[in-house]
Amino acid sequence: MGNGMHLVVAPVTKLPIASVIVIVEAGASAEPTGKEGVAALTARLLPEGAGDLDGAALAERFERLGASVESHADWDVAAVSLTALTAQLPAALALVRDLLRAPVFPEREVARLKEERLAELLQQRAEPRGLADEQFARALYAPDVRYASPPEGDSGSVRALTRGDVLAFYAARYRPAATTLVIAGDVTQAQARTLADTLFGDWVGDSPAPVVTAVDTAQSGRLTRIVSKPDAPQSELRVGHVGLARGAPDYFDAMVMNAVLGGLFSSRINLNLREAHGYTYGAFSAFEWRRGAGPFVVSTAVKSDVTGAAVREILGEIERMRRDEIGEEELTLATSYLDGVFPIRYETTAAIAAALANLVIHALPDDYYDRYRDRVRAVTTRSVLRAAQAHLHPDRMRIVVVGDPTVIATPLGEAAGMTPDVMVPERMERPA
Amino acid sequence: MQISSMDIPIERFTLPNGLTVILSEDHTAPLVAVNLWYHVGSANERHGRTGFAHLFEHMLFQGSADVGANEHFELVQRAGGTLNGSTWLDRTNYFETVPSNQLELALWLEANRMGWLLPAMTQQKLDTQRDVVQNERRWSMDNQPYGTWWERLPALAFPAHHPFHHSLIGSMSDLDAASLDDIAQFFATYYTPDNAVLSIAGDFDEAEARAMVERQFGSIPRGAGKPALPDMAVPSTYGSPVREVVSDDVMLPRLFLAARSPVFGSEAYYAASVAAGIIGMKKGSRMYRTLVRDQQLAAEAQAFTYDLAKGSDLLVVDVTARPDTTVEQLEEAVHAELDRIVDTGVTADEVARVVTMIETDLVATLQSASERADKLSMFATYFGDPGLVNEQARRYRTVTAEQVNAFLRSRLVRANRATLLYVPREVDAATSGNELAMAEAP
Repeated sequence: MGNGMHLVVAPVTKLPIASVIVIVEAGASAEPTGKEGVAALTARLLPEGAGDLDGAALAERFERLGASVESHADWDVAAVSLTALTAQLPAALALVRDLLRAPVFPEREVARLKEERLAELLQQRAEPRGLADEQFARALYAPDVRYASPPEGDSGSVRALTRGDVLAFYAARYRPAATTLVIAGDVTQAQARTLADTLFGDWVGDSPAPVVTAVDTAQSGRLTRIVSKPDAPQSELRVGHVGLARGAPDYFDAMVMNAVLGGLFSSRINLNLREAHGYTYGAFSAFEWRRGAGPFVVSTAVKSDVTGAAVREILGEIERMRRDEIGEEELTLATSYLDGVFPIRYETTAAIAAALANLVIHALPDDYYDRYRDRVRAVTTRSVLRAAQAHLHPDRMRIVVVGDPTVIATPLGEAAGMTPDVMVPERMERPA
Repeated sequence: MQISSMDIPIERFTLPNGLTVILSEDHTAPLVAVNLWYHVGSANERHGRTGFAHLFEHMLFQGSADVGANEHFELVQRAGGTLNGSTWLDRTNYFETVPSNQLELALWLEANRMGWLLPAMTQQKLDTQRDVVQNERRWSMDNQPYGTWWERLPALAFPAHHPFHHSLIGSMSDLDAASLDDIAQFFATYYTPDNAVLSIAGDFDEAEARAMVERQFGSIPRGAGKPALPDMAVPSTYGSPVREVVSDDVMLPRLFLAARSPVFGSEAYYAASVAAGIIGMKKGSRMYRTLVRDQQLAAEAQAFTYDLAKGSDLLVVDVTARPDTTVEQLEEAVHAELDRIVDTGVTADEVARVVTMIETDLVATLQSASERADKLSMFATYFGDPGLVNEQARRYRTVTAEQVNAFLRSRLVRANRATLLYVPREVDAATSGNELAMAEAP
């Protein structure tokens, strides 16, 4: 578009419905130091007052159109999304324009959403999965790396945020040249273009400063940490290290390697921990794909008394992945799954819009999805081994376990080959 | 906007062995969904075997006469498909979505375990899946804040010995007691073609699909019939308020409230469903506006119906306190808001907001072949009429404010509120000492 804003349209005519995602270069990675959480707070405040409408009125307008709107920020971008019947799309998009271009950020709502975030953080103290994720990130990254703390900010940073911080972040980041409108559904290219021009054509503003995603991957050494949850009937495990960025040249090799290791139900880690040993309801591994190097993590929850044994099996599977070429059968299970499941993943307009947004976020070529299946099939047992040796690092494995130290400390230490440190999560203050 | 023009096509037939088959063709994507509902769930479990229906679901992925352990997963994923199963109070379902040319693979896998499961069952597989399920229980309930609400709320809302009273996931000791004999007996009683509905939705040829179904399922014998469920009927209200306080390892108080409401699919259900939406669907709802936005007593608030098709449904309200809100404030505020909606009623505008959102959801859901197949199986299993899938939008559109208000006045009164209140362990001694004793004597 003339003002630098991007428009991506995918006509899908099956049903009279359309999904919209607006992405803005306003994710957590763009936050100024000391303002952690301002990206998420800004995005969540967009529908809490815009133009002449307060948050309650805006919610009412959207919902009367059958289109409830969601807004959030992740590491890389902020996103506003909705799904509506085609007939309601122009009216719903006009409201989206208001909240993107004329948000009010009422003081009262700033305070309320901060309090709700603090409540969420407080909840997490007693929630093993969230607690494990948070402490694992802190064990992976140096404290000054943005990825070390949650994208929505922690209690210290969120408490300090002000309406002024939100206004400044909005002014710096929400610009047409940093915005992409994605529409997938029952609209033509021409209809979408007309809608976009009408609603956003006169939005002006300079390009924002580019976001620099710098992550220190040079950490070394192993770490084993127990986050104490006395009497926990299960241990919540996170085992891994800093992974690789979405833009890595061997992305497909790494993705297929992970599918074999722990990405699929029929993966080595899940079949070992769940089906052979019955240690867990499920065990999975993943690279968290971000612009910078996100975590590589094996996640599972196991009965407390098998914590050490489970860690030993996980470390063993990672070693085996690096040591031996996988079998042809294992490779084709992963590649034929990833290839064949492709159309099943994109049955809905919301899934198609999200896939297109992903192209924009990671600067992938327009023909990425056309070539996706070929690139999956091009992965070999050799390239999987190379990816495992390049991207799995037993020498810097970080093991974080939320569980009962009195039960697990000794066996965990034996399995990890080092004495775990024990951390007692601070209880945040609560008014009596 | 003519929703009626979007009706999905439905063909239906029954095999001589009693298997109900529903076909719904759609050629917009090269994929097909297979969905099998067995009309059995935790409600059918016998005394001392809570959790068995769900444990049994796990065993159905452990192979059958011609399928190895975990081969079901592997074959479907190798074919480029997705799959899973789930257990609910009164049904269990199994489903695959595969590329169009793999339809017969999915049908063969389902038929092989419907007809010839038992040769593959071993004590070792049962022991391992018992461990897996016990870990599922720990993961989803015992080691999760508020996780036990799944079994505590139905236990509060249905009387002891009612089929919906006991835990779906089961007690650890009942799971320990499950044996291979139980597997054989449950299989023979409930996993029979005449107790199942098979739906196929997506890109297939009708004549070919019929031939495949007959080939794969035709030789499986009809069952001998299953024992009837005990009388599911309960009074339409509790008669007086019900209340349980649970001291748990949580940081914030949270209140679950269940009102008995008209069963899923009944004429009165749709007004109850809309009422739940007005109370707690999204940010425009009463609970969100009042407790989260205006009074700022709650961090989250929602309401929904359980969608039980037998005995009684439940309308559930779920509100989590903010850190500075006391347990008493939370409870009073929720009751006050419910009193207000009962006393003053809802408006046509509020009804329209909810019905419009539900219509968008219905259309969005029907985009997926897997969802279409599941809905067809559901309506065929519960009501013998898969065509109801095409009636839902119309039924919602006929709901009036008067109907919603009549529902609220009869069902959301204090005498029909069962309250389950979670209290952080360290504050309960100071503020709720009396109730603590109550919670520990179930």
